[in-house]
Amino acid sequence: MRRPDPFHALAAASTILVVAFIVVPLAEMIRQPTAADLKASILDADVRRAIWLSITTSGSAALISFVFGTPFAYLLARRDFPGKRLVESVVDLPIMIPHPVIGIAILSLAGRQHWIGRLAADLGVRVMGSVTGIVIVLTFVGLPFYINTVKNGIEAIPQRLENVSRSLGATAFGTFWRVTFPLAWRSVIVGMILCTARAVSEFGAVVIVAYHPMIAPVMIYERFTAYGLRYSQPVAVWLIGVCLVLFFLLRWLNPPAGRART
Amino acid sequence: MIRVENLSVRLPDFALNGVSFDVAPGEFFTILGPTGAGKTLILESIAGMVPISGGRIRIGGRDVTDLPPERRGIGIVYQDQALFPHLSVIQNIRYGLRYRPKTAGREAEIDRLVQRLGLQPLLARAVVNLSGGERQRVALARALAVAPEILLLDEPLSALDPNFREEIRDLLKSLHRETGITALMVTHDFAEAHFLATRTAVISGGRIEQVGPVTDVFRRPVSPAVAAFVGMKNIFEARFDGGTAKTGPLELTLSGVVDSLRRFVAVRPEDLEVGLGPPDAGRNGLNRFSGKVTRIDHQGVFCEIRVRCDGLIWQAIVPTGRLVDRGIVEGDEIWIEVPPEKIHVM
Repeated sequence: MRRPDPFHALAAASTILVVAFIVVPLAEMIRQPTAADLKASILDADVRRAIWLSITTSGSAALISFVFGTPFAYLLARRDFPGKRLVESVVDLPIMIPHPVIGIAILSLAGRQHWIGRLAADLGVRVMGSVTGIVIVLTFVGLPFYINTVKNGIEAIPQRLENVSRSLGATAFGTFWRVTFPLAWRSVIVGMILCTARAVSEFGAVVIVAYHPMIAPVMIYERFTAYGLRYSQPVAVWLIGVCLVLFFLLRWLNPPAGRART
Repeated sequence: MIRVENLSVRLPDFALNGVSFDVAPGEFFTILGPTGAGKTLILESIAGMVPISGGRIRIGGRDVTDLPPERRGIGIVYQDQALFPHLSVIQNIRYGLRYRPKTAGREAEIDRLVQRLGLQPLLARAVVNLSGGERQRVALARALAVAPEILLLDEPLSALDPNFREEIRDLLKSLHRETGITALMVTHDFAEAHFLATRTAVISGGRIEQVGPVTDVFRRPVSPAVAAFVGMKNIFEARFDGGTAKTGPLELTLSGVVDSLRRFVAVRPEDLEVGLGPPDAGRNGLNRFSGKVTRIDHQGVFCEIRVRCDGLIWQAIVPTGRLVDRGIVEGDEIWIEVPPEKIHVM
């Protein structure tokens, strides 16, 4: 028998280590709560409200990203313009900034001391401690994931397909809807999933802008600090469970790539 | 039908400069040139797909320079077909119809086109499962379905297997005859241009070198670049003096007197005669020189041989049978003869 190559052995060992590093804590967290704890937790209306709020605000962030991010992603994928590199770095900024800083940055616009804050207040829009504030924060952190994913998806579509569509009489708009969008659909879905996933996991920025109404991560944090591990674990398990189900559902609804829908 | 005037395009790493040519109604015109010469850029400028920095483009008498692609009345067929992968064959073909007025005979026209291109059995198929030739027929049908004023073809034969290439080439020729559509094809293959087109423009490095009937370009290239492109393998700098040309140590007798402003001689490889032995063996022709065979490349029916004569390397194409009959192998001392009437001067 051949002796295993030391490099491959090392690669295999690190693979096992990394997977264990991720899975073991999560598995332990899921294993530790008793069935009774889990049941009690989901029967708690506050818990259900928090999880539901997490999902709806994150979903809203994904929808907003879809509306505003899709044309932007198209532009980045298809056009060269001066300062494009800079614009691309700006899109990535929310990924790099520490989360509480994002919260503070948004609050500095929302207050009465800034004209945007005054305008919003005059229009009856409240950011601090509101669902609106949560959605703004989640969109801020989720948007880069949506834009980058869809940009890559559109770049993978040959521009010649769009050229042919134009030559056959379709306008730029018609071409987008009949060619680009149907072919980029999968990356749009993946982008929305990534954006939602990122938004669901946000804590640091939300806790600054809106401690209440309470989204699930804030509630988990509160229960942990106030009552300890045992009380916070079941909420976390439910949050993870609900998110996994949602993501699988979206993947399942979305037909596999490369299959023609005729 | 198509008039390109002084077209210029500036890209970060390439430029088209002052390209002008005309294509007559019903003509099959080719733009010939090596890879990277700017051929596709000309085509896409006519189609309105790249921003141009100067010049005018007219199609059918209309100035379309400032019109978007969808209002130029063009059909385009790409080398890689660019079929819409999410649509079936028939959906691809009918893609452009919603942008055209519904005329009485339109459906019959589409049916006829589908029949003519033999696409009837494929209509419901997904385009990803088609062969190269089938894909190119679908691309042609899709472009012709919208009844364009001009048909633009971007190397439509290059990506095909040899057997499909012949099929599509013949199809293009007969379709052009039947429909009388004005066609503009870009290709790097002179044989394709010769087969399909009546006139051609040879482009190199972003400018047009020569425009004219294909046979003219073939027989009378105006520059060494064009000469090389149409297969004149023997191109040498020369000094001219009346009826002779001196290329290095060799003095070539020409078939007539030429002006001394010319700078090059060019000879097609198939026009050279070769034979074993010293130059005076056999009949005593003009321009017969001795040389040594440095290389023989067998290409089936023909052989390409290289002969060194006083420092110049000549390339000749000789029927393999003749080479074998005459017993010529690499390293032999042989003679070559350059018939005066076959020497092209530039």
